[in-house]
Amino acid sequence: MSASGFPKAGVVLSLDGLQALIDALAARGYQVLGPVEHDGAIGTGHIAGIADLPAGRTDRQEAGSYRLDDRDDGALFGYAVGPGSWKRHLHRPIETLFKVRRVGDELSFEPPREPPARTALLGVRSCELAAIAIQDRVFQGGRYVNTEYAARRANIFLVAVNCGDPASTCFCSSLNTGPRARRGYDIALTELVDGRHEFLAEPGSDSGAALLAYLPNRPATEADWQAADAVAAHAAAQIHRRLPAEGLKEALQQHPEHPHWEEVAARCLACANCTNVCPTCFCTTIDDHSDLDGHGAARVRRWDSCFNGDFSYVHGGAVRTQTRSRYRQWLTHKLANWWDQFGTSGCVGCGRCIAWCPAGIDLTVEATSIVDSISAEAKAHGVA
Amino acid sequence: MTVNPYLPLPYRVIAVRQDTPDTATVELRPVGAAIPEPAPGQFTMLYMLGVGEAPISVSGAPIEGAPLAQTLRGVGAVSKAIIRLQPGEELGVRGPYGTIWPVAEADGHDVLFIAGGLGLAPLRPAVRHVLANRERYGRVSLLYGTRSPQDILYRDELAMWRRMLDVQIEVTVDRAHRSWHGAVGVVTELIPRAGVDPSRTIAMVCGPEIMMRFSVQALQAAGMPCEHIYVSMERSMKCGVGLCGRCQFGPDFVCKQGAVMRYDRIAHIFTVREI
Repeated sequence: MSASGFPKAGVVLSLDGLQALIDALAARGYQVLGPVEHDGAIGTGHIAGIADLPAGRTDRQEAGSYRLDDRDDGALFGYAVGPGSWKRHLHRPIETLFKVRRVGDELSFEPPREPPARTALLGVRSCELAAIAIQDRVFQGGRYVNTEYAARRANIFLVAVNCGDPASTCFCSSLNTGPRARRGYDIALTELVDGRHEFLAEPGSDSGAALLAYLPNRPATEADWQAADAVAAHAAAQIHRRLPAEGLKEALQQHPEHPHWEEVAARCLACANCTNVCPTCFCTTIDDHSDLDGHGAARVRRWDSCFNGDFSYVHGGAVRTQTRSRYRQWLTHKLANWWDQFGTSGCVGCGRCIAWCPAGIDLTVEATSIVDSISAEAKAHGVA
Repeated sequence: MTVNPYLPLPYRVIAVRQDTPDTATVELRPVGAAIPEPAPGQFTMLYMLGVGEAPISVSGAPIEGAPLAQTLRGVGAVSKAIIRLQPGEELGVRGPYGTIWPVAEADGHDVLFIAGGLGLAPLRPAVRHVLANRERYGRVSLLYGTRSPQDILYRDELAMWRRMLDVQIEVTVDRAHRSWHGAVGVVTELIPRAGVDPSRTIAMVCGPEIMMRFSVQALQAAGMPCEHIYVSMERSMKCGVGLCGRCQFGPDFVCKQGAVMRYDRIAHIFTVREI
């Protein structure tokens, strides 16, 4: 058995085999979304074939920096994660919840009846699979379900790609969410560019196995598995950032007045970039979009951020007026309170919030700083 | 498919009763299907077409067959629009949501209600429940503070409760014209004078956060254990069902683990600013 719980099985696909995978998904009624280059970054978009993938491209990421570059091996997936996570395809940035009409005094409410399209996501990284698993808990694990999310989620086919070239901002290994996909996919691909250009494809579900069996392929040999292992080992060796493994939840929850929050706030612009690129941030607002005749409206939900001024507004003013309070809320929620709420961390180690912070704030550094100062203080008082 | 939790049910306005110059109680009946019966302390989301939605505590339950009653102060766009509605007009209602006042846990105990301003509205269903089941409880006291005599809610009902011979009702105002002959001062000043036995009393406190903070302090100074004190928290809220993320208060969602919260569960963050 493989770690996914599915029998360890693998086939090798050529470039034509990968094209056949995309064609087969389209033939089964899936719209296929995959990585595409646009606006100087690698995001997600519609894929008709392998020619749409960012061949021979890679990214260089650092705190506050993201640049695309060329690579000479022609790899189709030779980069880490870009600013646009798959979140937008499941938990949409803007979504109509229902429409309402008034005739005379009578109100009628109508949920939208748009049937969700079957969607295949191609090139989902291990951290993204973890993020989707977290959003599953947030949106459909409780008493009330985000029905728009659930409808789309039930129609998703996930083709994962194991990371071969993580960015310097990645830290999935310290959260056990990567770099190799372990679960939550229908098919997982490892791109092999060791003098050839092939893909080791592993099924993670019955539908994934059925689809692979249909494609032109050859059985994976021991050498193919070793090559895939080498890709994973190379990726793991490139990951240097990490979150503190112990004491993080307690440090954040028990020290809301820690002086470090003030120190971060001096650098934080409260711009909300981190929450927008985060694959698990789920907070929203809801607005009324009125019809011009005044007798109808749509209730529209859109992404919001705990960094926005009116996010905490109650009568009389905002609860969190200071950047210090907002950053504290974000980090404490993500890394600590999330455990109490959903039984998991809210962070998957994708590093997007580090790269896309215009001030270059690195949450691994900030979290480590708080944990270290608290454990140092505890030692000084002889209670460590 | 699962029910869309954001979808309201149409309710018709039966009456709008002006409680104070800026506060009114709307009485509502379902046009078709009704929401489940709210328990004391629960809230609904009220939706006004073209304006928006707001979380509002139920202030009228729990009397069999009574309309859904909700008391609103006209401070925001939604609440202002709702208290201007005329009988026959419709709005949207969904819920009820949130935790309930510990009227069951208080069985066999003394009960102390402390209300500040509009905070009497969410407490009223609990007061009614306790008085309707008077024999199950020991001493019952209500300490109520408002800004001025004009801001006193439910005057008729307060007078009716006061006529009961085994209920203590104390009202105080922050400031008053000389025509007011009652107590003047903040509600917390009434706590030491109420003569409650802290070890056998359950306190239910509702009002502005600053008022609840000082009330809790006074109760603790009187020797009341944290697990006997319940407060009702308020935070920004868009969904009421744990999905919008706005009402977080530490690890809790006010819409799910609140609004009514036992004080010992939140004591460590209750006084942290901007949490």
